[in-house]
Amino acid sequence: MKLQQLSVFCENKPGRLLEPVRLLARAGVDLRALTLADTEKFGILRLIVRDWQEARQLLQSAGAVVKVTEVIAVEVPDRPGGLAEVLERLDGSGINIEYMYAFPYVRGERAVLVFRFDDTDGAIRCLTAGGIRVLERTELDGF
Amino acid sequence: MPGAYPAMSVDATRTAARFHPSSAADFLPRPLLAQVQTGRLCETLERTFASVPAWREKMRAAGISSGAVRSLADLPKLPFTTKSDLRDAYPFGLFASPMEQIVRLHASSGTTGKPIVVAYTREDVHVWTSVMIRSFAMAGVHAGDVVQNAYGYGLFTGGLGAHYGAEGLGATVIPASGGNTERQILVMKDFGVTVICCTPSYFLHMIDRAAQLGVDLRELPVRIGIFGAEPWTEAMRRRIQNLAGIRAFDIYGLSEIIGPGVAMECECREGLHVFEDHFYPEVVDPGTGEPLPDGEEGELVLTTLTKRAMPVIRYRTRDITALIPEPCSCGRTLRRIRRIGRRSDDMLIVRGVNVFPSQVEAALLEVEHTLPHYQIVLTRAHGLDQMEVQVEVTPETFSDRVSAMEQLSGKIAEALERVLGLRVQVTLVEPNTIARSEGKARRVVDRRSAV
Repeated sequence: MKLQQLSVFCENKPGRLLEPVRLLARAGVDLRALTLADTEKFGILRLIVRDWQEARQLLQSAGAVVKVTEVIAVEVPDRPGGLAEVLERLDGSGINIEYMYAFPYVRGERAVLVFRFDDTDGAIRCLTAGGIRVLERTELDGF
Repeated sequence: MPGAYPAMSVDATRTAARFHPSSAADFLPRPLLAQVQTGRLCETLERTFASVPAWREKMRAAGISSGAVRSLADLPKLPFTTKSDLRDAYPFGLFASPMEQIVRLHASSGTTGKPIVVAYTREDVHVWTSVMIRSFAMAGVHAGDVVQNAYGYGLFTGGLGAHYGAEGLGATVIPASGGNTERQILVMKDFGVTVICCTPSYFLHMIDRAAQLGVDLRELPVRIGIFGAEPWTEAMRRRIQNLAGIRAFDIYGLSEIIGPGVAMECECREGLHVFEDHFYPEVVDPGTGEPLPDGEEGELVLTTLTKRAMPVIRYRTRDITALIPEPCSCGRTLRRIRRIGRRSDDMLIVRGVNVFPSQVEAALLEVEHTLPHYQIVLTRAHGLDQMEVQVEVTPETFSDRVSAMEQLSGKIAEALERVLGLRVQVTLVEPNTIARSEGKARRVVDRRSAV
């Protein structure tokens, strides 16, 4: 149920995103999802890849600081209100979203939402109980 | 009378077996040591006056006769020698021996302008080797140890100084020199290294690299580290010892005096014993030059007592320390200096405020508990000094949450402001982006004059 997301620290300077991405590209690592949180001075690149251990090893041996975080991905219909339906299940649970990102699933009419909660296990319980399907990591490989 | 002397413990037997004859001088009774020092000082002064015109000139200008110094107590009558005196004499102006007696030349790294050239006769090399043997012995190194010497070999005195000492002691020396960190780790792993010598910042780099390569230094036979050529803190010592599973010792020296082997920590590690039979220490007020009593902090001044090729009298080292008045519990009679944390010329003046890099380190340690790689960058904008502290992100401090990273830089900025009384800009940078020279870490980049 939980997915391992890799986070990489990047300075906010031209070319800094290219380095890790090129490194993974050369090794043939397939990116499933990617988002960049940026501030004035630095950015945090967050990645979901098929083989996270290999990708982490690659990035670390190139000298990058890499953190592995557990996130969860859910699938929703790609239409207005899709996200709202998911968030309603968590309403009143006291579970906080640290951050999230979404990407559309182009072959169908679905979207995938990736969440980092302050209480991952609690969030999985809430969502599953509310009838929201939390994706297995192998399911993401189909995207 | 049986039982009058307690039987030697196993430890004591081992210590005795490992005691190196060169170390005997570490235990001279003080009155005898003072006699040796006085005799050697007078001889040095006579020789220098007779054979170095620049020194004769300096004495004349100060109005001091050649026989004015008859005891150690008279030494403060003499003028100081400064780094610029040595630089002005470039290349050979202060040599007291003819070239045919000089067997070696070294030169300082010379960050600005010309380097300082230092010379050694055969006797000088012998003295240097003996103080390095005593240094290694103090840390518990003995014949049978495998010493990886990662100090740079070349004009820098660190490499050859440590090499001759370790070899003289009877250890197996690997002249690894600086750089090529992956190979250093391979050598450490495969050659059964038990002792590592290098700068502390380079060893921290080796620790990082080893971790990336999946090598745990704590599992290797290496047990002693001898680190010098730059100031380092107790926090760095703890980090090194924890991460590498070794005992870390501080060694002090400077090429102007001889190179490494001027002072060294013993097993008590409560200050560094000065090899006083060869180098006479004084501590003076860095502002007035007045001698300070033992225990008071000031600038270390050194006089060589046995150097032949290039005697140096009352050299202003710029290193801030104090002479420790109490005798050491190790039994050595050599006086100790406190570990050197800062240099009088390290002091930066930012918007009129005195700033030492050691203060920045204290602030970083307070927040991060271990010292990250950092660099102070000074610039000038709109006529005002700007101070930026760049701090490398470490696996321990990195978070995937933006707010946590902003909190981190905010906390560092607050701690810096508390310590310095100055608002400074903190920038988190990627790991390994702050240049590490193979020798000394470059902590300060001052671009104010360029603006």
